Amino acid sequence: MMATSAPSQINKAGFSKNDYRGLPSTLCQGCGHNSIANQIIATCYDLDIIPEEIMKFSGIGCSSKSPAYFLNRSFGFNGLHGRMSSLATGALFADKNLRAFGLSGDGDTASIGMGGFKHMVRRNTPIVYIVENNGVYGLTKGQFSATAEVGLNLKHQGINQYMPVDICMEALTSNATFVARSFAGDAKQVKALLKAALSHHGVAVLDIISPCVTFNNQENAIHSYTWGKDHEAPLHEISFVPALDEIELLGEFAEGSVREVCMHDGSTVMLKKLEKDYDPTNRANAFQMLEAAQFQNWLVTGLLYIDESKPTLIETFNLVDTPLNRLTEIDLRPARETIEGINKMMF
Amino acid sequence: MPKNIINDFSLTIATVNGSGSQTANVTLVRALFKMGIPVSGKNLFPSNIQGLPTWYTIRISKDGFIARRDEQEIVVTLNPASFSRDLASVQTGGVFFYADDIKLPINRTDITVYQMPVKQMSRAANVSVGLRDYIANMVYVGILAQMLGIDLDTIKQALNFHFKGKTQAVESNYSSIKLAADWAAQNLKKSDPYSVKRMDSTSDYIMADGNTAAAIGSIYGGVQFAAWYPITPASTLAETLNVYLPQLRKTGDGKQTYAVLQAEDELAAIGMAIGAGWGGLRSMTSTSGPGISLMSEYVGLAYYAEVPVVIWDVQRIGPSTGLPTRTSQGDLTAVYYISHGDKQNVILLPGSVYECFEFGWKALDLAEQLQSPVFVLSDLDLGMNQWMTKPFDYPDTPIKRGKVLWEADLERLKGIWSRYKDIDEDGIPFRTVPGNKHPAAAWLGRGTGHDEDARYTEDAQAWERNMTRLKIKYNTARTLVPKPVIKSSKGSAIGVIYYGSTGPAVEEALSSLKRAVGLKTASLRLRALPCTDEVQDFIKKYERIYIVEANRDGQLRQILNSLMPDLASRFRSVCHSDGLPLTAKWVKESILAQEEK
Repeated sequence: MMATSAPSQINKAGFSKNDYRGLPSTLCQGCGHNSIANQIIATCYDLDIIPEEIMKFSGIGCSSKSPAYFLNRSFGFNGLHGRMSSLATGALFADKNLRAFGLSGDGDTASIGMGGFKHMVRRNTPIVYIVENNGVYGLTKGQFSATAEVGLNLKHQGINQYMPVDICMEALTSNATFVARSFAGDAKQVKALLKAALSHHGVAVLDIISPCVTFNNQENAIHSYTWGKDHEAPLHEISFVPALDEIELLGEFAEGSVREVCMHDGSTVMLKKLEKDYDPTNRANAFQMLEAAQFQNWLVTGLLYIDESKPTLIETFNLVDTPLNRLTEIDLRPARETIEGINKMMF
Repeated sequence: MPKNIINDFSLTIATVNGSGSQTANVTLVRALFKMGIPVSGKNLFPSNIQGLPTWYTIRISKDGFIARRDEQEIVVTLNPASFSRDLASVQTGGVFFYADDIKLPINRTDITVYQMPVKQMSRAANVSVGLRDYIANMVYVGILAQMLGIDLDTIKQALNFHFKGKTQAVESNYSSIKLAADWAAQNLKKSDPYSVKRMDSTSDYIMADGNTAAAIGSIYGGVQFAAWYPITPASTLAETLNVYLPQLRKTGDGKQTYAVLQAEDELAAIGMAIGAGWGGLRSMTSTSGPGISLMSEYVGLAYYAEVPVVIWDVQRIGPSTGLPTRTSQGDLTAVYYISHGDKQNVILLPGSVYECFEFGWKALDLAEQLQSPVFVLSDLDLGMNQWMTKPFDYPDTPIKRGKVLWEADLERLKGIWSRYKDIDEDGIPFRTVPGNKHPAAAWLGRGTGHDEDARYTEDAQAWERNMTRLKIKYNTARTLVPKPVIKSSKGSAIGVIYYGSTGPAVEEALSSLKRAVGLKTASLRLRALPCTDEVQDFIKKYERIYIVEANRDGQLRQILNSLMPDLASRFRSVCHSDGLPLTAKWVKESILAQEEK
């Protein structure tokens, strides 16, 4: 296609990594969000995605700036604070073949956008919805967000008195069909989860703890690198196997310690058990795991819940095969002779 | 008092809401319409599901005047709670029908009074107890039919329409009506002058409400996406999309070329509609005042990011929750300036059910041509009441999609294009939409500052350049929106400007001014903002311009003041807002009072 790099750096779709890049990031040096943007680029490259077949959406905040920093060749819309869920919902009807990333933050999703978020989830809107969660408002310079833990002490703000919102729990109670949590410092896991999310059939909520190096990176803060590294308790080692690569990669996991989750498109998520016996297709398990993690002060990461069986929002509409935005007058305006019948239907 | 008054009176029916009287009332209006008599019916109802007083007022006019009147020649009441008020509201020489189970004193001797054995007849009807209240309504239909001379055949036609030809429902209602009519023939002695008589003044018309017309017009405009949230009085617009889209816009194999989605709130409804508009769909939402307030921030984004979307505001009276079931033209300034920052919006002002249809499709054209939000301001009176209207005409121009570049266009341009550059000097740039596979197609939409290539910038000049272009675009809108309807005759002394649902009241008032006091007026019915050149030309011709509106503040006058400060001394507000449709009498007297000053 357009790529000019050496053949070895070209994926099966004919693109180089450069074709997935965006503008240089203007976020702070060391910001967890940059690492997530890089994993999105790597994921799309690895999965041979055609960049023009992706849409990117965001709300307002540091996280929401990041769609500018990946997939320059994809359409995107940086919308209103907390309102990306509806913007993306409408846009997804334009061309049902397109897939979407939503980039949000904890303020954007868990405060101002909570209502829209939960309704987007309950409709199984087909989007990979990433919450870059740092427990703090960055762009407005360091106020508490709704995911900040009780007792967090921030300069100029004092001590947080209120219980945090758990985004994965909110997604689960809203009947999400894919819920995962990760840590921006764990690039390998972020990438594996992104791959699974992009192959998921429906809404995929990824709550990624993404430390704010400027306003919330004290050693004892839950959304910091130090705390995250010390407390991360992965449920499983996770690996994603695209449908086409299945045979080559199967051997990486030893029999008996591996659980496979088959995705709608034929690809597979391989979960290698750690010490915990965890079944991500059981919703009750997911609730229990999140409860336990809060109680034990773990940062539990991995694929918490998945259900590939539900129809997506777009599928419930039985749309024509042609993308709606390519229909022309002949499809859109009823024929001239129908107007008489319509007038007769009035009194 | 003339002996016979035929086809020229108002009739109001007082019932309890939730009792099913709406079917009876609409049946009466439809029957009169089918008798060829110009008629209008207005539902004056409470914000309540069941149990509160509600009124339905019917204007019957051989001269074709269908505005509401305050004066009621005939009043029918089934409601003890409103009995005294209803009795007092009958014009001297008028007629009062009431249910005879209401044991309240009749303290008037200047009117004709008829008792109706409503309870007795509904008990006698062969229906379940639950349906008795419903049948009670058919009793007054039958009695009125007999006493006024309404043709029972046209009543049957109306029932057939209402019950979509379901024989059992039609027959059971009709037999109650017939029994009541027969009872009246035998037991009531006609001693009042009012009656109706067949005419031939409605055969070129159909009857519909504005929300239905708007929905069907939007469908003929190729609407592909609608998101909405329930709100009185706008809900039936979206619900009607769901009635007619499956009939008109499914493919042979039953697949949809459209999607209608009920959102979680108006914030989401407008967000979805804007997402779809950005995605290249002909997209709309419909709401009322409180929804408009919630949509404000998103409208600003659509204005600035240049996303086509149509927003129907079926106005009710505010501020706040206001009177949710009462009409008003109170949202004009709010919508004109909606959302923070510099801007004015494009607004269409349908003045009839016919124009609700016409602006339904035109608004979708305009939104895509202008890449901008386009508002359509209807109101409860226009949207929810049944009106006589010319039949809907098939759109006379092809669908206009505006400046959209697809793969072949970009190929031809060798991929060189700029999202926000004014190539044609009309302020309207070119756009691409998602799904376009050309590698140069994509851009990132945003509400933040951007340059001609949609890149983020805080550059002062880039900001101002863009805002200046948006103003040029708004000026282009001036050349695309529907022109006003102007009527003038030689020797017109004053000009009158009006818009929307006040049309029938204003037109009747102007006719009456000419007839009664010899005051000749020229009129301009505004159909859109921004104003086309004709508006200023009109205003310059007359020393005094009366601006008639159903709001407290004279909102159009406020806007015209700001647009034409040099002409502002000519403007006189004729504005009034109490939740009811304006009357011709009030308009006429208000103009006369100011003329005499």
